[in-house]
Amino acid sequence: MIEITILSGKGGTGKTGVAAAFASLAKNAVFTDIDVDAPDLHLILQPTILETQQFEGSRIASIDREVCTNCGICKKECRFDAIHYRMGGGLEVNAFTCEGCRLCERICPVRAIHSEPSKNNFWFVSETRFGSMLHAKMGAGEENSGKLVTLVRKEAKERAKKQNAAFLLNDGPPGVGCSAIASLTGVDHVVLVAEASKSGFHDAVRLIELVQKFKIPISAIINKYDLNVEISRQMEGFFVSQGIQVVGKIPFHTDMVNAIVNRKSIVEHLPKSPIAQTMVKMWDQIKKSVKEIS
Amino acid sequence: MAFKLAICSGKGGTGKTSVAVNLFQTIRSKWTPKIQLIDCDVEEPNDLLFFRDAKQQDRSVIHQSVPVIEESKCTFCGKCSEYCEFNAISIMPSVQYAAIDPNMCHSCGACLHACKYNAISEIKHPIGELSSYATNTKTDILEGSLRIGSPMQTRVIKELKRAVASDSEIMISDAPPGTSCPVVETVSDADYVILVTEPTPFGLHDLSITVELMREMNKSFGVVVNKAGLGDREVYKYIKEEKIDLLADIPFDREYACQYAQGRLLTDTPPLIEQAFLKLAIDLKNRIIHD
Repeated sequence: MIEITILSGKGGTGKTGVAAAFASLAKNAVFTDIDVDAPDLHLILQPTILETQQFEGSRIASIDREVCTNCGICKKECRFDAIHYRMGGGLEVNAFTCEGCRLCERICPVRAIHSEPSKNNFWFVSETRFGSMLHAKMGAGEENSGKLVTLVRKEAKERAKKQNAAFLLNDGPPGVGCSAIASLTGVDHVVLVAEASKSGFHDAVRLIELVQKFKIPISAIINKYDLNVEISRQMEGFFVSQGIQVVGKIPFHTDMVNAIVNRKSIVEHLPKSPIAQTMVKMWDQIKKSVKEIS
Repeated sequence: MAFKLAICSGKGGTGKTSVAVNLFQTIRSKWTPKIQLIDCDVEEPNDLLFFRDAKQQDRSVIHQSVPVIEESKCTFCGKCSEYCEFNAISIMPSVQYAAIDPNMCHSCGACLHACKYNAISEIKHPIGELSSYATNTKTDILEGSLRIGSPMQTRVIKELKRAVASDSEIMISDAPPGTSCPVVETVSDADYVILVTEPTPFGLHDLSITVELMREMNKSFGVVVNKAGLGDREVYKYIKEEKIDLLADIPFDREYACQYAQGRLLTDTPPLIEQAFLKLAIDLKNRIIHD
């Protein structure tokens, strides 16, 4: 089983559009949406949820005012500035800034502070028209998206192995922070969906630096290449210089937007369109390079 | 006190940076020069790409404090590891091994309290950079940039905000995509939040979870629909049903998308788009004065 994560650095470059296209092409694969902050793949794959599980997020402290003596030690020691005097007296924890380190709970001389893990995160095992899918819904403003990403990947891997799947295909998050790191540790291959723009290029360079730290091979796709052919050419040159194969280029076309509006992948929506044909070629090329390496 | 605006989106690539940069430019030229732009998308900061003449004023490294264990004092009791909620400390008493992973550490200081033997102290670990730039005479753009490989983006945003001078009338913070802790950190002190979306099912879905977050945080907010004309009308229905203010409807223009790709957002702006930003700036000004 080969695990592939689709990443981009910059948001909105077309990761999910590509993931949906590959999902409709991959035979015998398991899929995940590990952009747990803002997951969208389910809007296209329309999964039927078979199993819902709770993920315990980070802890959040709360102060029992009956017990609290207002000594202020917790406020002084909290490094996240999450404890304040409230209007009308007494101390309180700001749940949004509390990182759940439990320091306040441990140092409170009268044991007035307790913390509970957040119960606001869920992950799902689902069935789609293309195969099994694992995805998640993170509570708004939650910490620990990296841990949730790791968990979804682990569960998906187990299921992929059980089903004897050839591929595990992860639709990753934007950025290069904790969720991006969690989405790529230990994967076999990264597919970079880069946008032909100055910012798309800038962000792709940062992502490549991150992926190279983990020594994971990359295949690149340049999306919306015709918005700036010159930058697209520069990006291609840079990718090649980094030993990254460019498996294809996609023009900007409203067909991609219309496919999403119709809740279909471009391959289903307009199978004969040039973009769908490019998707087929790119997926074949990625399969080939992944097999050569492994 | 400066009026603090934050620009958020949920979904990436809807045009946060476009809106932040254009609004900054419009307010600066038509309203007040006392404005600062703060790029809080520290994982992928892009605002500066659109200001070719900006001159760097200052650059500094952002650190986090991480613990180090002095093995000669350590008894390998494991209390620090037990206190660490982030699994950053491994202690193996049988082989007298103690190690800290700075990339897991949240700098909470709990381990310092746990250790009864004074074996733990803190050192500085670099997690990013802070740069300031001037587009005319004074510093008006700040950028935070996460060091590649560091998962501490929220901390970089926090430090970035600490560095902001408060002599401006308006501050615009450009948030990262998503709805998790880095977004919360960016928005936490905002007086008003502009949510940028696009009229597609992805844009709508991610807008709705961002709206949920704004309501939980008790923030005043309004929506800018970017790339209007693409996709469908569902996002407008949602905004109406939820009684959310539609601040601006910025038409999709292929030519403008090409200019954006080149890093030219602020020259040769199509009149329709320029007008939309001017209207947005006036609307915001009325809101601020009204408040």
